[in-house]
Amino acid sequence: MSSGLYNTHKADFDTTLDLTRIKPYGDTMNDGKVQTSFTLPVCDDARGEEAARQIAKKMGLEEPNVAFHQALDKDFTFYVVYGSCVHTVNYEDIHVMTVESEVMSMEETNEYIQKHIGRKVVIVGASTGTDAHTVGIDAIMNRKGFAGHYGLERYDMIEAYNLGSQVPNEELIRKGLELNADVLLVSQTVTQKDVHIQNMTEFIELLEAEGLRDRFIVICGGARVSHELAKELGFDAGFGAGTYADDVASFAVTEMVKRGMK
Amino acid sequence: MESKLHLNLDLVAKARASAAKVADDVQEFIDVHTTVTVERAICRLLGIDNVNDVDVPLPNVVVDHLQEKGILSGGAAFYVGNAMAEYQLTPQQVAERISAGELDLSKVPVHSEKEIRDVIMPVVHATLSRIDRNVGARDQFLNEFGDKSGPYLYIIVATGNIYEDIIQAKAGARQGADIIAVIRTTGQSLLDYVPYGATTEGFGGTYATQENFRLMRAALDEVGKEQKRYIRLCNYCSGLCMPEIAAMGALERLDVMLNDALYGILFRDINMQRTIIDQYFSRVINGYAGVIINTGEDNYLTTDDAIESAHTVLASQFLNEAFALRAGMREEQMGLGHAFEMDPAIENTFLYELAQAQMAREIFPKAPLKYMPPTKFMTGNIFRGHIQDALFNMVAILTGQRLQLLGMMTEAIHTPFMSDRALAIENAQYIFRTMKDLGAELTYKEGGIIQTRANEVLTKATALLAEIEELGLFTTIERGIFADVKRPKDGGKGLAGVVIKGSEYFNPFIELMKGKVAGQ
Repeated sequence: MSSGLYNTHKADFDTTLDLTRIKPYGDTMNDGKVQTSFTLPVCDDARGEEAARQIAKKMGLEEPNVAFHQALDKDFTFYVVYGSCVHTVNYEDIHVMTVESEVMSMEETNEYIQKHIGRKVVIVGASTGTDAHTVGIDAIMNRKGFAGHYGLERYDMIEAYNLGSQVPNEELIRKGLELNADVLLVSQTVTQKDVHIQNMTEFIELLEAEGLRDRFIVICGGARVSHELAKELGFDAGFGAGTYADDVASFAVTEMVKRGMK
Repeated sequence: MESKLHLNLDLVAKARASAAKVADDVQEFIDVHTTVTVERAICRLLGIDNVNDVDVPLPNVVVDHLQEKGILSGGAAFYVGNAMAEYQLTPQQVAERISAGELDLSKVPVHSEKEIRDVIMPVVHATLSRIDRNVGARDQFLNEFGDKSGPYLYIIVATGNIYEDIIQAKAGARQGADIIAVIRTTGQSLLDYVPYGATTEGFGGTYATQENFRLMRAALDEVGKEQKRYIRLCNYCSGLCMPEIAAMGALERLDVMLNDALYGILFRDINMQRTIIDQYFSRVINGYAGVIINTGEDNYLTTDDAIESAHTVLASQFLNEAFALRAGMREEQMGLGHAFEMDPAIENTFLYELAQAQMAREIFPKAPLKYMPPTKFMTGNIFRGHIQDALFNMVAILTGQRLQLLGMMTEAIHTPFMSDRALAIENAQYIFRTMKDLGAELTYKEGGIIQTRANEVLTKATALLAEIEELGLFTTIERGIFADVKRPKDGGKGLAGVVIKGSEYFNPFIELMKGKVAGQ
């Protein structure tokens, strides 16, 4: 592939950054360079390679280069393709819903609770429905926390209850009432066939049916959960990948104060 | 094997003695109890299969009936055998009559144990012959094609649809996989029955059913003949139906089974009394069927810290070894588990991983160790993830791990694509080929980081086992010593399915299977 090693191609496009028309960046502004890999259910030959190229074109990649192809089975072939994306988006026009509370450290959160709430905050969390994964709820709740961010169990001013996995929605609500919880955390790891959306929708519906929706701050989390999705489903906030106990705790306690929960 | 770590062998002996004591105590408890799934497993081994008109499996129909009538303590073999003796029926006919409401086992005139055994033992021997033939078929494949040395490449399929799983499994086998595990659908571990027939709907995995086992076995035999390799099939003999799944696996020639009560207690909140009894019979069956079990210590490190809690993994390996020995398993069948789960942000963790893996190798020299890939610190950065998996593969080849569950670069994103598996296999093959004999060339520095780390972990594990010996296993789990998870002795799921055996109770399969290997 020596011809591809150095980019001697004369840029025949405008290389000034225009935030109303951004596109992917390889090594030159507006070159649109993208890498993608996929498998096609065909055998590994020249015809398959052309199919990969045509798929790439339909994805909006100009001058697609099938850099690599390899048979995975008789009728399945893997392709790595590079190309220049023709599409642009207007960055100026994009507004994303994010959790807007300021993130406080564990100590700051404890102080904040002492000052503004004056008692321990009760947080009950679970991985609900059929989801057997505790990795998400553990990362947020277990004392050790995750990646250097201590979990809620370590917060002096928080009473944290981690109910574990495969907890039915009804059970989480029942436990929340029993423990007089301020905040309920719902963790969802398995997202195949959107099972998490069905489950989280059911949770909110249950709360509403019981007239308990305003009784708690309800927060969901998981690798495939966004704040926007959470709001859409009726949660107060959603936390996705790369967020930790401090993010969740900061939001929960400031929201409590905002709502006048004491 | 030459020791690279100069482990303190007195500590190893002490740890093993403590584990033996713990297992002996628990064994006394196991021996006087039975459970609903143990009895259903006996039904299955007696040939009771199929479902009734509302899809309840007939083994459940029979055992629910025994429970309702308050005679479960007598056991399925006794009561089914008694009805067989009275009415000259097969076990399946007994089950069908119960299902139709035509037979009340509590009202059948009681025959002597000899009369019952006379009718039931031919059925028992026929089942054992079937398992013998399965083991014979496996041996024949292995004789014909040979068995590889070095780590088996172990991959997972998890589409939810057995027919789609078969496509992926065959592709994986052709790419070089040696073991195919069919992940179960999320939630199956908590079902107190085993679903029936071929299934095409599952979340994050596919139902373990006997028909699904049979379909996948046939597919792997087909691709194995074409590839001139024996492709092993793995499933999950855990949850609330451990012995039933072991029975199904023995009948359909599975080769590897996840099989660990501690895992169910800690991570699925299954009642500890229930599952420890279930585990025993499941291991007797797996032992007889020549199945390699996998234990679940690797999971501790997904909730607990791999550096601080490494000794809990070793302690649990000792316990699992002791329990497996008491179920009559050979060391060659004990796929003791551990994992590559240390934080990549910390210096020298590769050395600690090496120390842990080498230590397990030296302490359990005959065990086909199961080594699990990084999951906790996989971030979605697939490019770094591929490197983490490469480091994991290096540790495996340097330390002689046997069941290498291949890491996927897309861990934490989705269940593997076909291409993810191919790339993972390529990664492992590359490293296993180019570093094949590197381990034999290396010795570790006397008193260096690796030797010191291994001996520290061993020291802590030995101390922990001494503590567990004092506390007993159940109290240890109640205190959250494993995986930082606490479980109460009477809590969790499945306790209602535990009963004390009555004086008439017998389990003809344990009598004949325990400590033996099929066909020998």
